[in-house]
Amino acid sequence: MSLTRLTALELSNKIKAGEATVLEAVEAALDAIEKREKDVHSFVTVDREGALKRAGEVQKLIDDKTLTGALAGVPVAVKDNLCTSGIKTTCSSRILSNFVPTYTAQAVENLEAAGAVILGKTNMDEFAMGSTTETSAFGVTRNPWNTAHVPGGSSGGSCAAVAAEECFYALGSDTGGSIRQPSAFCGVTGIKPTYGTVSRYGLIAYGSSLDQIGPVAKDVADCAAILEVISSYDKKDSTSVKREDTDFTSALVDDVKGMRIGIPRDYFGEGLDREVKEAVLAAAGKLEEKGAVVEEFDLSLVEYAIPAYYVIASAEASSNLARFDGVKYGYRAEAFEGLHDMYKKTRSQGFGPEVKRRIMLGSFVLSSGYYDAYYLKALRTKALIKQAFDRAFEKYDVILGPAAPTTAPRLGESLDDPIKMYLGDIYTISVNLAGLPGISLPCGVDGGGLPIGMQIIGDCFQEKKIIRAAYAFERTREYRRCPITEESKGGRG
Amino acid sequence: MSKQYETVIGLEVHVELATKTKIFCSCSTAFGGAPNTHTCPVCTGMPGSLPVLNRRVVEYAMAVGLATNCEITRCCKFDRKNYFYPDNPQNYQISQLYLPICRNGSVEIQTENGAKKIGIHEIHMEEDAGKLIHDDWEDCSLVDFNRSGVPLIEIVSEPDMRSAEEVIAYLDKLRMTIQYLGASDCKLQEGSMRADVNLSVREAGEKEFGTRTEMKNLNSFRAIARAIENERNRQIDLLESGEAVIQETRRWDDAKEYSYAMRSKEDAQDYRYFPEPDLVPIIIDDEWIEEIRGRQPELREEKIARYKKEYGLPDYDAGIITGSKRLADIFEETAKICGKPKKVSNWLMVETMRLLKEHAMEPEDIRFSPENLAKLIALTEAGTVNGATAKEVFEKVFADDIDPDAYVRENGLKTVSDEGELRSVIEQVIRDYPKSVEDYRSGKEKAIGFLVGQTMKAMRGKANPAMVNQILKELL
Repeated sequence: MSLTRLTALELSNKIKAGEATVLEAVEAALDAIEKREKDVHSFVTVDREGALKRAGEVQKLIDDKTLTGALAGVPVAVKDNLCTSGIKTTCSSRILSNFVPTYTAQAVENLEAAGAVILGKTNMDEFAMGSTTETSAFGVTRNPWNTAHVPGGSSGGSCAAVAAEECFYALGSDTGGSIRQPSAFCGVTGIKPTYGTVSRYGLIAYGSSLDQIGPVAKDVADCAAILEVISSYDKKDSTSVKREDTDFTSALVDDVKGMRIGIPRDYFGEGLDREVKEAVLAAAGKLEEKGAVVEEFDLSLVEYAIPAYYVIASAEASSNLARFDGVKYGYRAEAFEGLHDMYKKTRSQGFGPEVKRRIMLGSFVLSSGYYDAYYLKALRTKALIKQAFDRAFEKYDVILGPAAPTTAPRLGESLDDPIKMYLGDIYTISVNLAGLPGISLPCGVDGGGLPIGMQIIGDCFQEKKIIRAAYAFERTREYRRCPITEESKGGRG
Repeated sequence: MSKQYETVIGLEVHVELATKTKIFCSCSTAFGGAPNTHTCPVCTGMPGSLPVLNRRVVEYAMAVGLATNCEITRCCKFDRKNYFYPDNPQNYQISQLYLPICRNGSVEIQTENGAKKIGIHEIHMEEDAGKLIHDDWEDCSLVDFNRSGVPLIEIVSEPDMRSAEEVIAYLDKLRMTIQYLGASDCKLQEGSMRADVNLSVREAGEKEFGTRTEMKNLNSFRAIARAIENERNRQIDLLESGEAVIQETRRWDDAKEYSYAMRSKEDAQDYRYFPEPDLVPIIIDDEWIEEIRGRQPELREEKIARYKKEYGLPDYDAGIITGSKRLADIFEETAKICGKPKKVSNWLMVETMRLLKEHAMEPEDIRFSPENLAKLIALTEAGTVNGATAKEVFEKVFADDIDPDAYVRENGLKTVSDEGELRSVIEQVIRDYPKSVEDYRSGKEKAIGFLVGQTMKAMRGKANPAMVNQILKELL
């Protein structure tokens, strides 16, 4: 059996037991990348040499018992909006096509300190703006389950790489669902932690007040272990929170007796695909069978989440992306006359259409005369949404619903209709607006053989509750391997 | 000009704070490093970097706010001011718009017309930008980010000033206060204090304000005074000839004594301010305010009162000495060492001031130590050197902070008080100048002065003047 089938925790245990080496694991992943990238294209950059070199170093540290952690020796793929010292970090944008950071994101540093080996950087929607990984300047990523479909986004590369077993786990980032939605589409598990749990230092910002880094892996146990490592209070990030309760693996207990689970009726109305609805409700039924108390309720305000999100995220993005101007680093237009022409040409040529759309939207809602009507109203809506969740969590331990209204759409379907693409974020976005943790995990496949994902949402700092619920549900079903990984069947499914 | 016009002036004063490190990163704020050596990912706007607030900046801003009678905003926030310029690495400046740290303050100024209160609208914290350097040889511009992220406060006054004199008095008051607080050295020439002047004119008695202009690039008090005069006249000329004043930003050229329009209101940028999401609100509680209040040093007014009471200095002396924090510090330390405050005051008021003027120096540039001034005072008090010699020695102290004891010893400047030696020199002088001796004896008392002078000359200034007088009178 190929090593790539193992979960991250299984692989590390094997390596620590001397039954496999770090080099074998890295080579197995690189082989899978070699084999499947032409179909999937999860990676923007594969750091073959760096990974092979690092494998030897990590092996030594494991052999001399310096590294004993749960993730020691395990190869990882990192979303290309996380800075990695010496490795190109592009945000899948032409404007950063040549950018090599001199520093590493804190979350990645935490992983490296725990013995991770970076395989490369994964594809994404340009600057994390998009829900399909089709807005990447370096070509689309395809869904490994069916390469005619998108993997979701914006962390589509990370989720596809885990599903296609090109890596053992990955890091993604989630501003409006960018970990949870592609995890659902690719049949893998991902967590968006409570805002402030993982340092954002070195994460190239999209919507600063909403962005969180999180794990993508084959199962809940891996995700809990990864989150335990990447969570840390970081003085370099002023929004970082000091937490004492980051022993997330302690929540890997198959027991939901008495757990109160709320099912928001608002999440099961119009626009939700029938098969997705059935699979998610069936999952709720499984948890009820295990002793959880499942109850429907009205969350309210769900329809306001999308407009509020696009106003806030775009406003922040319009400012965050101002620094990409051709002056200091990254792409600069070749021919220009004077400073303003240089700015204009560099940014016109360097950014793709979706990024430009959001910069314009964000600049508009912040401009004088519109600030109160749009930006301030969106902030007030955000506060109301948080209050609605606060009320819900007075009654329920967790909230359960779909991660996305449908399974993965076909390539090209979403780009023509951005509004439709935005509506696809309806179940994930309010979680970011309220700063809550959410986990997305597979709960079935549709008639076309595409994975269906469900989402479990917790109150702030209650990751353990969602991990516990997800873990208990996961025990009720087998892990469904993506067909592309069945060597005999070869590529396209 | 038939009508009477009133000038209305408000000031925006930027002050660079004296923190060792920048406002949002730990890079040094020191002047003079090679370009881009005091930089890091944060102050060069690298992707993924995040700002972390330097608490000292908040404390300095609070200290200035408390000293200018401001209300401290208990929950203040930073905002982003968005504009593109290459010296601004993120293309936004982190500043404060909606909830500045200090509001509704005032300072009292003294002019010929007496005391007046000038309102302070707000004080906010922000970061400085880098510096553009144009390379004519290569025909390109280069950016130095060493100043990028240096902390500033902007003090915005109410439009309460009516003349250049009031403006200068207000600026002087701010500068003195901030220097006393140690929050900045406030040097206009070096740019650690910068003032933009908002000015409008209106007919005397008019209630509404006229259209104002903003004047930039004012690098000295003199330039400010000249620019105000010039701008007032320019606006009155416009109004007199039936033209309107345009709301615009103008740049002062002090060499040409002329200002030109930089940009009008129509071209004014929309800065698209919004709350900085990378920083959390600053919560300022009573405890923190009291801590800062408790640490506030004695300010000028308190010092003047104390100098008069404790040291018996006259009003005038106390005013001059406290006119500079540096001078006041030297005064207090020297007085403490030698216990002769009046003597110290005299040295500072007369000789120090004379030498400063002679060398075109500011009190802040004084290099001598209180220890050496105290030693010199002790030498004169003991009669070891006479007044003339002391002045000579002081010039050395002023220039090179030499040790007066050693200097007097090494150069043989000690006053001769040996009666035998003095007597023989004086006898010689009396023989040499019989005419003066005759004059004195015939009642011209003044003639003795000449004889004393000749004795001192013969002794190369080292004679004890009291003894010379006494012996002369006796011999005559």
